[in-house]
Amino acid sequence: MLRTGSQIVWDVLGQEGVGCVFGYPGGAILPIYDALLGSSIHHVLVRHEQGAAHMADGYARASGEVGVAMATSGPGATNLVTGIATAMLDSSSVVFITGQVSSRVIGTDAFQETDITGVTLPITKHNFLVTRTEDVGPTLRKAFHIARTGRPGPVLVDITKDAQQGTHDYEPDEAPVELPERSPRDTLTRDALDEAAGLLSSAKRPLILAGRGVMLGGATELLQDFVERTRIPVAMTLLGIGGFPATHALNLGMMGMHGEAWVNRAIQTADVLLAIGMRFDDRVTGDPTKFAPAAKKIHLEIDRSEINKVIRVDVPLVGDLRETLSQLAPRVGTTDLSPWHRFIEDLKGDTAVRDIQTLPDSGHLYAAHVISDLWNLTEGRALVVTDVGQHQMWEAQYYKHDYPRKLITSGGLGTMGFALPAALGAKFAKPEEEVWVIVGDGGFQMTAAELSTCVQENMKLNVAVINNGYLGMVRQWQEFFYDKRYAATPMSNPDFVKLADAHGLPGFRVEKRSEIAEAVSRARASRETAVIDFRVEKEDTVYPMVAPGKTIEDMIRRPVPVLE
Amino acid sequence: MDTRSRPRTFVVLVENVPGVLDRVASLFRRRSYNIESLTVGHTDRPDVSHITIVMNADDRVASLVEANLYKLVNVLEVKDVSDVACVARDLALIKVRADHSNRSEIMQVAEVFRARVVDVSPEALIFEITGSEDKVESLVDVLRPYGILEMARTGIVAMARSVAAVSV
Repeated sequence: MLRTGSQIVWDVLGQEGVGCVFGYPGGAILPIYDALLGSSIHHVLVRHEQGAAHMADGYARASGEVGVAMATSGPGATNLVTGIATAMLDSSSVVFITGQVSSRVIGTDAFQETDITGVTLPITKHNFLVTRTEDVGPTLRKAFHIARTGRPGPVLVDITKDAQQGTHDYEPDEAPVELPERSPRDTLTRDALDEAAGLLSSAKRPLILAGRGVMLGGATELLQDFVERTRIPVAMTLLGIGGFPATHALNLGMMGMHGEAWVNRAIQTADVLLAIGMRFDDRVTGDPTKFAPAAKKIHLEIDRSEINKVIRVDVPLVGDLRETLSQLAPRVGTTDLSPWHRFIEDLKGDTAVRDIQTLPDSGHLYAAHVISDLWNLTEGRALVVTDVGQHQMWEAQYYKHDYPRKLITSGGLGTMGFALPAALGAKFAKPEEEVWVIVGDGGFQMTAAELSTCVQENMKLNVAVINNGYLGMVRQWQEFFYDKRYAATPMSNPDFVKLADAHGLPGFRVEKRSEIAEAVSRARASRETAVIDFRVEKEDTVYPMVAPGKTIEDMIRRPVPVLE
Repeated sequence: MDTRSRPRTFVVLVENVPGVLDRVASLFRRRSYNIESLTVGHTDRPDVSHITIVMNADDRVASLVEANLYKLVNVLEVKDVSDVACVARDLALIKVRADHSNRSEIMQVAEVFRARVVDVSPEALIFEITGSEDKVESLVDVLRPYGILEMARTGIVAMARSVAAVSV
């Protein structure tokens, strides 16, 4: 069948099960957009290509499928870059399709020409430049295969305009994609499994560190069965939240820089650590040379290059997580861990008295209250997408996620402006879910233009702006480490209620805790995207905090309140 | 685990497609691994290229380099041949100042190293030498007093000796 390269693009997207594509047209991708009219795939017109990238990422994270974003050459493609890097650091499976100038003029600095495969080389799992129509189909199929297999990641396919316009006798290829055989050294040996199981079976203070790989590897149920049988407590990375139920008695909560103090103390006290699908990010380890010094470390990972990258491990087990865990779990015996559980409980008590939730209502609105009330009001079932900063950490601390893929957040890259577009992408993936955007006033303004996309697409989100008039997390660092010199962190904002109004959307303002429930209920009742401007305490601080370069047990704690 | 940094040689077989060398070099740059020598050339198969990388690394970094190379989609096979019996060759072209008064003396010296004269002009000679890095270095030391006008080297090309060698 004679098809143009552009038609083949949509054919392959359909074949790969893509329901919607996020993008922005332009000269070098016009043929593909022209062919869109002959396709049943839904296209979402964004307001900035960065929005398209984050939407495709949010779609991928919420669904577990591959997200797709499109842009034209040059500035269109470079506007995707932040979103590509975000997907790369959080192992999100996204295929990016960009138009490129005609192959005849490549290399001449033609209008809107950028070497986007060169630009994105370090931030993609792989990328392709396609200059011939007959390569369009096979290359795109390869891109989907690479994006979703192994450790997931972003793949970019740059297609020249002449390759889009040319015709080719095309038949859909149903055969599975095959890449040349590669043979990395296998570490999933019987000896290694036995050694890991031996360490865990004889441990007195074992601890599991669970990351996003647990969800990516489809190992959530396996992990829960394993934990309930062995009674080994679990600490979560930020991106691992939801991989093990937050309200489960053996879930300690988040570890690391803003993890609870008892979690970090438990890690430092542990004699065996089982790290599953996590990569010892510096936000998790603090000073890596003093991380869990007494513990033997076992690392379950799909990506061999994560082994010994930051923390030296004693037993690496490289492979598909579900496969690895299902082989390891039955070999691990159970021991009485009640002294270890009691030790951790004692640490918890010390933290409880410092919790802001125990402070009397001072009339001020605290972000922690907002998040905690939101958790109660949505019965813990909302799909929450956060931006980056203080509100992100409060969300991680106070919204108790019991279900996988219900917290979407930019962890590795820490991308401000991520939340609103990523939430819109997540809503496309899971239209039946109640989606909440939790975003700071700074990050909201970076991509607030996508409210307009919500309107055009008639998509219902709930946007909670945690508004403290500061770049809050940076201000906090200035407070602790720069002698309260608040350089360029106070931020004047537009009236977010009026901003919603300008989009024809309902907006509410909340200034007291007593007003939270009503605003949340009105936002939820609205059939349109609703914005709530939460005017929270301006100089509130995320506690506890590990200062950069310190060990994770050396934490800055919220002072114990003096009760009268 | 050996925590000493020492010279390591990697033989990497890659798909012969545009941009592969860029991907390999970019990986080293991005991860701050310093390349001492990098050579690329054809193999007996038109779709496969042979890369030899020499760097200084301890065991941990060497194993990370290998793992990271495997993550590149175009990489087919990676072998750390640092500790296996291996043939490693460097080719150098060395232009030395020489006139009728010392030409035969210089050629005699070079003969000891089995270097070949590949060009003669009234004021200079060009030698070609192939061998281990040490051997090339020694010749350079001997020729230096006469006046080296120009030198170009290929970098190391390496191959493991046994049948357990690298293949796709």
